[in-house]
Amino acid sequence: MIAELGHLALIAALVVALVQTLIPLYGAAVADPRLMAIARPAAMVQFLAIGISFAALTQAYLVSDFSVVNVAMNSHSSKPLIYKISGVWANHEGSMLLWVLILALFGAAVAAFGRNLPLDLRARTLAVQGLIGVGFLAFILFTSNPFERIPNPPLDGNGLNPLLQDIGLALHPPMLYLGYVGLSTTFSFAVAALLEGRVDPAWARWVRPWTLAAWCALTAGIALGSGWAYYELGWGGWWFWDPVENASFMPWLAATALLHSAIVVEKRGALKSWTVFLALVAFAMSLLGTFLVRSGVLTSVHAFAVDPDRGLFILGLLAVAIVGSFILFAWRAPKMESGGMFRPVSREGGLVLNNLIMSTAAATVLIGTLYPLALESMTGEKVSVGPPYFEATVVPIMIPAILALGIGPLLAWKRANLKAALIKLWPSYLATAGMAVVALVLLGAPVGAILGLSLAVWLAVSVLVEWADRIKLFRIPFGQSASRAAGLPRAAYGMSLAHLGMAVFILGAVGETFFSSEVVRYVDPGDKIEIAGRELVFEGVEHRQGPNYVAEVGIFKLEDGEVMESERRVYPVEQTSTTEAAIRPRAWGDIYAVLGEKADNGRSTIRIYVKPLVLWIWIGCGLMTLGGLVSLADRRLRVGAPGKRRAEAWTPAHAGMDAGDD
Amino acid sequence: MTQKPRQKPKMTRKSKRLILIGCGLGFLGLAVALVMTAFEDSVVFFYSPSDLAVKPTDPDRRIRIGGLVEDGSVSTGPGEGEIRFRVTDGGATLPVVYVGILPDLFREGQGVVAQGALVGETFKADEVLAKHDETYMPPEVAKALKEQGHWQDGAEGATRKVPGS
Repeated sequence: MIAELGHLALIAALVVALVQTLIPLYGAAVADPRLMAIARPAAMVQFLAIGISFAALTQAYLVSDFSVVNVAMNSHSSKPLIYKISGVWANHEGSMLLWVLILALFGAAVAAFGRNLPLDLRARTLAVQGLIGVGFLAFILFTSNPFERIPNPPLDGNGLNPLLQDIGLALHPPMLYLGYVGLSTTFSFAVAALLEGRVDPAWARWVRPWTLAAWCALTAGIALGSGWAYYELGWGGWWFWDPVENASFMPWLAATALLHSAIVVEKRGALKSWTVFLALVAFAMSLLGTFLVRSGVLTSVHAFAVDPDRGLFILGLLAVAIVGSFILFAWRAPKMESGGMFRPVSREGGLVLNNLIMSTAAATVLIGTLYPLALESMTGEKVSVGPPYFEATVVPIMIPAILALGIGPLLAWKRANLKAALIKLWPSYLATAGMAVVALVLLGAPVGAILGLSLAVWLAVSVLVEWADRIKLFRIPFGQSASRAAGLPRAAYGMSLAHLGMAVFILGAVGETFFSSEVVRYVDPGDKIEIAGRELVFEGVEHRQGPNYVAEVGIFKLEDGEVMESERRVYPVEQTSTTEAAIRPRAWGDIYAVLGEKADNGRSTIRIYVKPLVLWIWIGCGLMTLGGLVSLADRRLRVGAPGKRRAEAWTPAHAGMDAGDD
Repeated sequence: MTQKPRQKPKMTRKSKRLILIGCGLGFLGLAVALVMTAFEDSVVFFYSPSDLAVKPTDPDRRIRIGGLVEDGSVSTGPGEGEIRFRVTDGGATLPVVYVGILPDLFREGQGVVAQGALVGETFKADEVLAKHDETYMPPEVAKALKEQGHWQDGAEGATRKVPGS
């Protein structure tokens, strides 16, 4: 009964989404405020309807209603509560339902917070958001109905893939979807702007917080996924340049570029059509990601079994969204008045450089990811493009970005003095040179590691220099500096935190990439394993019973007496096994131990890694996300559309600081 | 790029725009060059055991192979941490050696994709691709099996019916 209710609610949502698309679009075309006003309540009702539908599916999981096919296929009555809930989106149908739920959530949020948006912009934005909803609701209803029933329900379900029974993966999809789907809002804004043929600073001020919100979720979502791969898969890696990972990295690069170009539109009224284009591209990348993950056209380490028809449907949606929006862009963008030109040496020049690099990186990742598909369809030859390609392209492309990132925030808008900025950065030169010497002499590090560590230090110190410069540290009395520090806009702190996060991330990535060690061995209980100057003792294997699995536990003892346990779990319901690595995370590095299968000689296979600085990868991502959130909390962004009053209120007051809020 | 123009007193809008576009194109050109060389060095081709039986490959070249893990072929040793198994596509079989711990969903009779290089007759894998889902069949493997006439689309459990020849 409840499942049918959920199904009905989903059909109702599709109807409402159609209304939300057609009537406001028509209303905006004939300038009828009553018709345009329908967009708001429609967006709310659509969200409500999908919410009911989602709640119905969740309820079916909670009470283990195995007469619903989806529940029977993916759940089991013995599963812990948290995984019954996360089971809702740990399968194709449910995850698509979550996708449209978040889509409608963003639509409702625009409706709720967009009171002071111009009526026609709001109507068109919500209409486009509704149109995306129509596409994906139809996709769910026609190809992936989560509420289908079975006539003879089984006594118990098939269970959930044990790899997914993990807290990291319970949170990863919703977070990632918040990011992917969050970019739909900027897409809708961009299409609405194209329909209107007008992009003004108010538009940019509206787009920025939505991009920022989506970017934060995307950053956190990618980090959660990479963290999960690191500790759950037991291979000790955190990024594989796998198609599915690239699918999330491309929208991230595009969103990062968009985030920065929107600032230029807002502050200087330039880069308008480029920013609109980026907004279209960012969401197109998200759709492409959804397609790659859901269609299984590429061999991926993260691939799940899939149904080709569904892939085709998403490909159709992708084609409509890309072709439609790009044609609209080609038709309308030339009509938009172009903004003022500017000097290359200026804040906006730096932001353009950022955009150039981010979009080049996104393009190289796109080429590498799609190349196998293109080659196969043309020649039938099967190839794969792996880490060597991406490391040889993305890394060198990013190096100038990191160098410029240290300087850019010190440049003023309009016309900057590069020489003065370079002089201010003297502490960065000292620190960078110091790091390079330490890496070369003390660590005897390879060239790549020296370069990477130096870049991390360069960026971190430059961020601090920029902050110190803003508060005039050591140049005016300390008390005054402190009050300046307290008075800096949150957006400035957001920028510093996010850039610092990037430095920390580089530190972690370089540490893990260049200094890891690894041992694979057969061992008997009591055997000693030496690795990277440390010593572990293998104590033996124990058998244990978990809530819905049985485990063999390999016990390792470190020289300081601490015990680490790696498990091989067998889940009888799902008839599969998983490996739980034993990880001891420390700031200097992780010790990572995995128990393998018994070898023919009766000994246990074990694999031990020492991974220096790996923790900083996720701390860096966390800082970037935090930076985004702090920036999002800035008063100026929260207030929403600009009144004249506001523009006057803060422009002069922050004239000096205004220079740096990205 | 930011420090590029030592600006002459009067630069017209047009010349500024040209400089910007020039820098952009230069950067893109550089990126294209990077992409091309990276492709040349790092594209990895896929072979089925039957392919390898017909046309031998360059031993230095990294390749991917795939097929089904032959029933009863998995053994360990003799070297430290070594695992040996045979991969078949029904037409030919290929012995594989791998040092490390196999992914959890590695099973006899199931599809597998490995990356590495051919050393003599044996394929030395440095990576055995895992999958997250036991019903997942890598598209290459499905195609290789189809070419040998051992697999049909949609045939549930067809993978297990393949003879362990």
